[in-house]
Amino acid sequence: MKILMLGWELPPHNSGGLGVACYQLCKTLANKGADIEFIVPYTAQHDIAFMKVTSAHPQDVEAIQRSGIAYDSYRYKYTDGHEEVLDIYGQQALYENAVDQMLKQTAEAYELIHAHDWLTFRAALRAKERTGLPLIVHVHSVERDRAGGGLGNPLVREIEATTFLLADKIIAVSKHTKDMIVEDYEIPPQKVEVVHNSLDKDAIEPLDDDNAYRYLTALRGQGYRIVTCVSRLTMQKNLPNLLYAAKEVVERVPKTIFLIVGSGEQYFELISLAADLGISKNVVFTGFQRGKRWRDSYAIGDLFVMPSISEPFGLTALEAISYGTPVLISNQSGVAEVIHNALKVDFWDVRGMANQIVAVMQNDSLRNTLYENSFAEYDRLHWGPAADNLLSIYSQHQQAGATA
Amino acid sequence: MKKAIVLYLHVHQPFRVRHYTIFDAGHQHNYFDAPYDDRTSNERIVHKVAQKSYIPTNRRLLKLLQDYPEFRLSISITGTVIEQLERWAPEALQSFKDIVATGRVEIVAETYHHSLAFFYSRDEFERQVAMHRQKVQEVFGQTPKVFRNTELAYNNDVAYWADQAGYKGILSEGWDKVLGWRSPNFVYRPSYTNSIRLLMKNYKLSDDIAFRFGDRSWAEWPLTAAKFSHWLGSTDGATNFNLFMDYETFGEHQWDESGIFTFLEHLPQEWLQQHDHTFMTVSEVIDAFEPVDTVDMPHTITWADTERDLSAWLGNAMQTSAIQDLYALEKAVLDTKDLALIEDWRKLQTSDHFYYMCTKWFNDGDIHAYFSPYANPYDAFIAFMNAYHDMRFRLIEKGVVL
Repeated sequence: MKILMLGWELPPHNSGGLGVACYQLCKTLANKGADIEFIVPYTAQHDIAFMKVTSAHPQDVEAIQRSGIAYDSYRYKYTDGHEEVLDIYGQQALYENAVDQMLKQTAEAYELIHAHDWLTFRAALRAKERTGLPLIVHVHSVERDRAGGGLGNPLVREIEATTFLLADKIIAVSKHTKDMIVEDYEIPPQKVEVVHNSLDKDAIEPLDDDNAYRYLTALRGQGYRIVTCVSRLTMQKNLPNLLYAAKEVVERVPKTIFLIVGSGEQYFELISLAADLGISKNVVFTGFQRGKRWRDSYAIGDLFVMPSISEPFGLTALEAISYGTPVLISNQSGVAEVIHNALKVDFWDVRGMANQIVAVMQNDSLRNTLYENSFAEYDRLHWGPAADNLLSIYSQHQQAGATA
Repeated sequence: MKKAIVLYLHVHQPFRVRHYTIFDAGHQHNYFDAPYDDRTSNERIVHKVAQKSYIPTNRRLLKLLQDYPEFRLSISITGTVIEQLERWAPEALQSFKDIVATGRVEIVAETYHHSLAFFYSRDEFERQVAMHRQKVQEVFGQTPKVFRNTELAYNNDVAYWADQAGYKGILSEGWDKVLGWRSPNFVYRPSYTNSIRLLMKNYKLSDDIAFRFGDRSWAEWPLTAAKFSHWLGSTDGATNFNLFMDYETFGEHQWDESGIFTFLEHLPQEWLQQHDHTFMTVSEVIDAFEPVDTVDMPHTITWADTERDLSAWLGNAMQTSAIQDLYALEKAVLDTKDLALIEDWRKLQTSDHFYYMCTKWFNDGDIHAYFSPYANPYDAFIAFMNAYHDMRFRLIEKGVVL
């Protein structure tokens, strides 16, 4: 079956979990026989054999350079030599046009459109309009997640609402996300299917013996314990509350270090906040990290914390477990539906968060038990069930499309 | 009665912390060794300042000292800049030795590391003042008699300390809130002291040269030596005009193109046209004039920003927590008797590190940004704290329990 897959990013050009989830899901689908062409909105080489990756170039654009992290501007180089820098809205509008141009000229016989998150939705609706193919939209997050509790951008919500109404099927990465789609966008629950994300264990690169955080390793030898957080530093992730909890923790267990790995628009604000709370020397900010330093950030931790206000899934929690660290996650996260042996807390409950962190810092047996049981759950996870579920949804809609 | 210009120039460069990351901590302790083309490269900055400021200015000062027997000035020169000149610009250091060798350049005492230690550790402060005195004796063969605290940070306690320590004078900002109805153009006596004298900067006249000189939108632009001398000469009842500023005003803050060197070259000639006009060093002016009043200063004042307080260095929580954390290591660091570790700890005390973390962007922000080698105050803070973390790593390695 030939799938036209519309996505925003793939590793190594990803800024977060969306690209990783798309990549691993497509890999499993391809292994099970799906023929996928994945359209990205930027120019880059992907070393991917299991599917075709195409860069959607608007007319007269020679190259599109990504910069920074999600929601940063892209630079468009035109064939006549001039350049334009476009924000996220400009990018998604150009992506829509580029995909439409591509479909106008292509000889490919796609059978189904599968689109990931709002940035691709306008392109997906245009593609459905042009080809008449069934449209499956895959929701990795909705605007309310990203807005950190507020309603978010009304323009984005309108794109989401329209697409949810016009799509043939909606895939939500968690029940948490499905509930939001049903409640916020008034979509009938039977139109939304939950397909939990997973983690490709073959893609987990092993640790080596020499952790990149030599200083933190030395502190651990002095009885310090490390709380680690790998996250975009943005409102959705609720890091101010983590720092408020950190103050409570440090007052009770001074030998605690909070390792904050990531970048984002709250970077400066969080550095200032840690200083204002008087815990600067207990909070280490590393900025965005990849590769070994990224892996070692998980591995150095005694506890991984993901306190998100709303987290559609939360891949980082699985990554933490894969690198040997138990997790404290907010009840408002999708991953809480698949990992039961985790500490869980409501995102607003600063004292509850501090209470649980203190317990782990002071009690290695709690830490170890938590970890062993969470690892057992993690170990049973794989992308197979998600891919099977999707393939069956594909075939239902392919037939529906054929008889229509 | 004579009227004297008291020109006092402050020479200083910090050892800037490179973009030192948490991944460097525990691996390499070279906080101050940036690649040459990096904005935090101390070697590159010293090369630049030596070429643009120290060498051309000293060449002119030496000529003025030779041509005008009455011309004299005072300088303060920190231990950290002397070290950098020894290492990377020996010809610039020689040019300082040459002007001091005329016998008409007085060197002012201060902390070796240009630190705010007075406010955090009196013991460490006294050690750094002693280190500076020894370095000045070695390099210049002179023993300072007048004291200035880092950033001209001054209050009654600083004056009391300097008096007890035997200094004959101390320098401060001549800020209006301290002066009240008084004029800065006289010698004063600090309250609660026995014999020390206070010289206060005339900030209006000093800043005409240090800040406004090259500003074409300033009503008095262009400022000539003749005009400036006329202003001073027509000021009634003054005995001494305390022109205190960064040495780097000449050629660095005010570029050659601004005409600053021409101004300097002509100042003695214009000023000395009147027979009762002269130049004095800080000690000479204290010897020459009796104090006209006492000055009581319970609060700390400095020479920075419109606030004239310590808020440029200690105005936000990043700055105060960083400096408190650093001084909290004092005993552990000194107990190791590891000279390299102790010296790195001292170099991190230099006030500039905290200045780079300043978040006061309004009015004074532009001047802060000009002096900072970092993209923003947060980068400065992170680099500093990572160096701090590595200090802790080194202590752990030496068996210290943190």
